[in-house]
Amino acid sequence: MSWFIKKRQQKIAVEAKTVRVPEGLWVKCEACRELIYRAELANTHNVCPKCGYHFRIGVDERLENLMDDGYETLFSELQSADPLNFVASKAYKDQLKRLKDEGQDQDAVVIVEGTLSGHPVVMGVMNFDFLAASMGSVVGEKLKLGAERALAKKCAYIIVSCSGGARMQEGTLSLMQMAKVSAALAKLDMAGLPYFSILTDPTTGGVSASYAMLGDLNIAEPKALIGFAGPRVIEQTIKQSLPEGFQRSEFLQAHGMVDRVVPRDKLKDWVAACLAWMLPVREA
Amino acid sequence: MSNDTQDLAELEKPILELEAQLRALDMDPAKVKEREKLARKLEKLRSEVFANITDWQRTQLARHPKRPYTLDYLERICERFEEIHGDRHFGDDAAIVAGLGWIDGNPLMVIGQEKGRDTKQKILRNFGMPKPEGYRKALRLMKLAEKFKRPVLCLIDTMGAYPGIEAEERGQAEAIARNLLEMAKLRVPIVAVVIGEGGSGGALALGVADRVLMLEYAVYSVISPEGCASILWKDASMAPKAAEALKLTAPNLKALGVIDGIVPEPLGGAHANWDLAAQNLKDAVVNAFSELADLSAEELLESRYQKFAAMGSVG
Repeated sequence: MSWFIKKRQQKIAVEAKTVRVPEGLWVKCEACRELIYRAELANTHNVCPKCGYHFRIGVDERLENLMDDGYETLFSELQSADPLNFVASKAYKDQLKRLKDEGQDQDAVVIVEGTLSGHPVVMGVMNFDFLAASMGSVVGEKLKLGAERALAKKCAYIIVSCSGGARMQEGTLSLMQMAKVSAALAKLDMAGLPYFSILTDPTTGGVSASYAMLGDLNIAEPKALIGFAGPRVIEQTIKQSLPEGFQRSEFLQAHGMVDRVVPRDKLKDWVAACLAWMLPVREA
Repeated sequence: MSNDTQDLAELEKPILELEAQLRALDMDPAKVKEREKLARKLEKLRSEVFANITDWQRTQLARHPKRPYTLDYLERICERFEEIHGDRHFGDDAAIVAGLGWIDGNPLMVIGQEKGRDTKQKILRNFGMPKPEGYRKALRLMKLAEKFKRPVLCLIDTMGAYPGIEAEERGQAEAIARNLLEMAKLRVPIVAVVIGEGGSGGALALGVADRVLMLEYAVYSVISPEGCASILWKDASMAPKAAEALKLTAPNLKALGVIDGIVPEPLGGAHANWDLAAQNLKDAVVNAFSELADLSAEELLESRYQKFAAMGSVG
């Protein structure tokens, strides 16, 4: 009889959806369900050693992964206002205050300046823990200022994206950030400076429909969800279930939108090689 | 003897037999002398056979299944190659391989048609017949090279652009046409080399270059000899005659002013020695780029214009 019980248990098991690597000595891989020793995961840049699943990582870890030591954080004084006095089930003001109390004082993007394998760069990294890395006025402003800094320093600009999309709580002003950042990228382009877009899980909505797709090179981490409309919205609209792998990095590469899927442990070297290819040979 | 219609396989048969004998001897360390003798005989036979090769045989050499393809050359001429995918519009066409390359430490954009070696690869790469998204990927990456002032190397090896329903739907003709226009305007040096088959518009879409070279036994034509024979002779078996008439070989096209130079192949053809073929290709490419290196963008564009503007013959 025991297998009857097993079957029932399986049916009622709810899939745990953790966003970040959970605390504890052992971690269960989201993809292959393998138990991984936590210390091992630290050695692999939070990539499952068994199946290659890329866990989402935070801003600090991303910067540590990509930048050389000694980078400087820019524009951290900018804070979201509440221009629409927006209230839904929660007041936007209260959400912002709660995040600040939790120590999230950089809004949804961190801009740094420093070097990547010796190449001077300005880099923006989006923070999914801050309102799903949604793009409001502060995100747009910081990314614009980052582009202007790269322009002034004649160096490369890199944005590591992840985002749920534009920040609804700031209404149409959020929408305009897409145009604002894109316009700043146009200036970089006209100046002949490199811009790399690195797409990580998940990059959707207004972010994907602006700066995340505009790189001289669009690089994605393996199996990241990348798309304009989220899969749930598409399913509800067309009333069909979506095929396996739809809107994942590899799908986007096959459809011509992502130039190259690069695993996390190769990312820094790969970006550095491409930068070396693009930038003029410096006179000794 | 007229070997007009003689098949390449027939021509190569005695050579292949000798090669097999030589391989058998390789196993035996005692027969050094015999091996050397046989090797000399093989060399002599090769030069005899290839001295009088017909245009039809050249066509077959250009299509030889063991001939090195784009990826084989890239492996040998670039110390690093990082493939870049996709046209940013529709798809990624595996019939065209493109990416950032380095030759002797010098960065350049490399774009080439790839036929695929085994069956699986051939299907993936559509036998080297690009679709519009392939040509659009090539153009996008040429523009990227232009932005960063890097030269562009195009390796041409296709029987032609893919003739299919979806290719027409997505604008095969427009994609080829666009490349011709944009390559005429590209402000960085372009070198194109026909490494195997230069199949008509599908080849020219990567071929508007400052220097157009051909490997010794490559062919470059407005139509395949078979196609021409079945249209103008109404008989595809007249292909050897058509091959002769079309003047599609490297020496003919050099004389007609269509190409700028011929890259020598190893005796017996590029497939006889991939490494040597690649070395010759690399030398020719490096030489061509160094000739172009000192020209300003305006000079490049003007001489590129004059070169193509002068093509054709009017009585």
